[in-house]
Amino acid sequence: MTINKEAVKKISKLSRIASNDEFETSMIKDLNTILKFVDQLNEVDTKDIEPLSSVVEQKLFQREDVVKKMNEKEEILKNSPNKNENYFVVPKVIE
Amino acid sequence: MSEITKLTLVELTKKIKSKELSALEAANAYVSRIKKSKKLNTFVTETLDQALVSAKNIDDNNLKSGVLAGAPIAVKDLFCTKNVQTTASSKILKNFIPPYESTVTSKLWDSGAILLGKLNCDEFAMGSSNETSAYGNVINPYQESGENLVPGGSSGGCSSAVSANLTSSTVGTDTGGSIRQPASFTGIVGLKPTYGRCSRWGIVAFASSLDQAGPMTKDVSDSALMLDVISGYDEKDSTSANIEKGDFLNSLNKNIKGLKVGIPKEYIVDNMPKEIQTLWDKGIEWMKESGAIIKNISLPNTKYALPTYYIVAPAEASSNLSRYDGVKYGFRAPGKDLIEMYENTRAEGFGNEVKRRIMIGTYVLSSGYYDAYYLKAQQVRRLIKNDFDLAFKEVDTILTPTTPSSAFKIGDKTNDPISMYLNDVFTVPVNLAGLPAISIPAGFDDSGLPLGLQLIGKSFDEQTILNSAYALEEKISFKSKVIDWWI
Amino acid sequence: MDKKFDYFLEGKTGKWEVVIGLEVHAQITSNAKLFSSSSTKFGSNPNSQVSFVDAAMPGMLPVINKYCVEQAVKTGLGLKATINNFSKFDRKNYFYADLPQGYQISQFKFPIVGEGQIILDMPYGTKIAGIERLHLEQDAGKSLHDQDPSNSFVDLNRSGIALMEIVGKPDLRSPDEVAQYVKKLRSIMRYLNTCDGNMDEGSLRADVNVSVRKVGSSDLGTRCEIKNVNSIKFMQQAIEYEAKRQIEIIEEGGTIDQQTRLFDTKKIETRSMRSKEDAHDYRYFPDPDLLPLVLEQSFVDKIKNSLPEMPDEKKIRLMNDFDLSSYDASIVVSDRDISEYYEEVAKDSDYKLAANWMIVELFGVLNKEGKEIKDSPVSAKNLSKLINLIKNNTISGKIAKIVFEEMVKNNEDPEKIVNEKGMKQQSDPEELKKIIDTILKNNEDKVEQYKAGKDKLFGFFVGEVMKNTQGKGNPKLINDILKQQLK
Ligand SMILES: [Mg+2]
Ligand SMILES: [Zn+2]
Repeated sequence: MTINKEAVKKISKLSRIASNDEFETSMIKDLNTILKFVDQLNEVDTKDIEPLSSVVEQKLFQREDVVKKMNEKEEILKNSPNKNENYFVVPKVIE
Repeated sequence: MSEITKLTLVELTKKIKSKELSALEAANAYVSRIKKSKKLNTFVTETLDQALVSAKNIDDNNLKSGVLAGAPIAVKDLFCTKNVQTTASSKILKNFIPPYESTVTSKLWDSGAILLGKLNCDEFAMGSSNETSAYGNVINPYQESGENLVPGGSSGGCSSAVSANLTSSTVGTDTGGSIRQPASFTGIVGLKPTYGRCSRWGIVAFASSLDQAGPMTKDVSDSALMLDVISGYDEKDSTSANIEKGDFLNSLNKNIKGLKVGIPKEYIVDNMPKEIQTLWDKGIEWMKESGAIIKNISLPNTKYALPTYYIVAPAEASSNLSRYDGVKYGFRAPGKDLIEMYENTRAEGFGNEVKRRIMIGTYVLSSGYYDAYYLKAQQVRRLIKNDFDLAFKEVDTILTPTTPSSAFKIGDKTNDPISMYLNDVFTVPVNLAGLPAISIPAGFDDSGLPLGLQLIGKSFDEQTILNSAYALEEKISFKSKVIDWWI
Repeated sequence: MDKKFDYFLEGKTGKWEVVIGLEVHAQITSNAKLFSSSSTKFGSNPNSQVSFVDAAMPGMLPVINKYCVEQAVKTGLGLKATINNFSKFDRKNYFYADLPQGYQISQFKFPIVGEGQIILDMPYGTKIAGIERLHLEQDAGKSLHDQDPSNSFVDLNRSGIALMEIVGKPDLRSPDEVAQYVKKLRSIMRYLNTCDGNMDEGSLRADVNVSVRKVGSSDLGTRCEIKNVNSIKFMQQAIEYEAKRQIEIIEEGGTIDQQTRLFDTKKIETRSMRSKEDAHDYRYFPDPDLLPLVLEQSFVDKIKNSLPEMPDEKKIRLMNDFDLSSYDASIVVSDRDISEYYEEVAKDSDYKLAANWMIVELFGVLNKEGKEIKDSPVSAKNLSKLINLIKNNTISGKIAKIVFEEMVKNNEDPEKIVNEKGMKQQSDPEELKKIIDTILKNNEDKVEQYKAGKDKLFGFFVGEVMKNTQGKGNPKLINDILKQQLK
């Protein structure tokens, strides 16, 4: 499978990364190189092989339904590049 | 003074405990050396003044009970440190001051260690040369005919700092080799514990199913001590292993008589420098001399580890890095609406390698490609793990080279992602299988650059690889060739 | 059945049928969030119930709430659904200001609950609506768009709250069926105490999937999803509007685009939320921060054995044991609080009278005052006493209504009211006979006329006796005695 300009545009949109000609050109080259490299996997017969998403073999720990000390609103908002007294502030969504 | 910074962590903490050395003397030695070593660009953030205050406090109040009491330690800038800037070497986390401390670093401070600062790394730990950092590349204390070399990556600030005696030891993270490869490039010991051995809570995530924190130290004993401190079950990390932790340093011994060591034929790769093959052969001899039994084994899917990794890791990363959107913390670029703000923030805030991986990760998860790439990679990942499971029915540990080359020149591989990725060919399979592995300095190539050997262990059997490494270490008797050319 | 299903929409080309399926989001009534320990309390100050996990701070990890798992299983059992002993958490990736992680943790491939059903009592009979699945997921935060001309404000208090998404099969055919479905589902969850069903506070919302087809056709048309509708009335209005819109498009030769739409509650219309080119690709994949959720069968069985009696079973019991009509029984079991109130009233009194008094008199008062049964001004105990006063002829039904009005004012004991106000029924036959004889003597002319065939005069005599007893004469006794004496 190869990636063309349109595909790169679509992926950058999905990834929320602003794209321009220069970016697209370099991405087409790099992504195709990487895809060609990973295409080696097609040599492997994986019929009936259970996919592995975690190597951990234990039961999922479940915590009790207890409210722990709340963080201060200030601590949560402190690092935001744009905030007011109570909220994170973001540019409006244009529909 | 400079003799202090050459002490191993075990020696240093012993001297401080016995009051042969004050914590402040130790801190001062490191602080003054760090100040003279800016050229290596190992630090993103320094906390030297605070370090001296903490050291004095330890002396004044005789706070010597912790096993690391008074040990000055800098950590990879991927660990969130309370009230100290944490950037993951990315512009997008600029000025981020975590209001919390990672579990692993909490354990360091609880044991009496003192924070010297945050060490440079590849941006979000994505890289094998420390050239992707937004804070500039790190320089290896080893040079090749006067030319600067990469320290390896992604824990390149860590490896360079330990090798150059700018920290008594450190903790890095290893997703595909990020502890072991830089350790090999700089002549130090690097240990990637079993996945789940150390908590991931508070570590900036790269690829969650692979990331693991681990020690980077001057010798094997130091790694054992460090692992004693930083490992353990953590209810805050659902993937953390709820099993008894060992007493690694106290159990450390050189007796590997009868130990079965596997030599995988698939680790002989094309274009591998002769010196590496020679060193590997020597390693086999040394193990034999120590009484180990050598067995040839096969890990047939080894060549598929890198392609598998370059699907799984970017896929997880593309999702893990979605939280960097300019809303809650870090860098924000302007935009006329929300979407434009996101796109500009992420285009300007992330470097090229990170963007490349986010793009690849997004692609392999996207509708129509998931089965062909992501699912396929997860299946091959199972086969790779099965290879190890089978091999470990025959052997107790596996010996391989750590890297297929020694440290290379800055800029040498930046234009070819695949040649860069190939650096991790021997380290990546271990991450995919979740196993522990240690790299120890084993010698030098013809240019005088350090080379490492890797020992891979069974799940949660760090003790066996530590002991094997300990035995090997004695045979090798590696001596650092770092000369302080930058001072 | 006297009524037949008749919800068909008349188009230019014939009759259309509407096909509806609901995805209900129900908030679990837990103290803490699904993957973090912050509070779920409604109506708190903005961003005051946000943990580092909820704000997606770097390095933060999810840890699941056991109680929420139990509630999902409980709800699944209440829906007579399959409980999946193996389920998994997946990430649903998309960017939005109120989604701090850039993904929602949900269950995609392996939900915790599989197929189940809901029984609906429709005027034309019983209908079974299928449940496709129920899965656990996190809620998002809230964006406020109307506070500032160029910015939106983000509040993360809701971020991470546990939701059950209950996906129904496209089995519903009219707005009424949708209303019944939502009410029944809410009732089941209230019986189980797993969701408070409070639609005003957003504890229960639904995405409504609507398509249309010609009557007689069995193909499914292209559906549109109307997002996040938070009242039954709005759901009904949205469906009606959306179905008509689709019919119009098709009849004019167009085709329906599969779309996400929103319902404008002011204009009572649906409109497209986003254009096609922006179509979401959620890139679901297993969350590497979590492990599969494996439930022991013994755990499921324990919950199963502790389930309360559910509305369908209770209805059958009330019809069998208490001889209630299907209609009365449906009303009584429609809500757990109502059914409990009823059983308390009926416990020591006539159960048919109890149903009648609740449904007619008490509900009349509650409706008028806009109150829920749990805030009823008349306690179950006092209503039970009132019914007994009627049953044992202490007061007449007519007087009972007056007593009831008194009880509504301050929930007073009806016996006390009757005693204090002297409202006891006159039921002494001797006493009544005396009064009647006097009246007949005083109205001899009318007695003559009655005996000559003017039957209507009977009412006049009754009225006179009632006047004489201040309305407290036992009507049945008066009748009997009068008839006797007038023979
Ligand atoms: Mg939906
Ligand atoms: Zn949902």
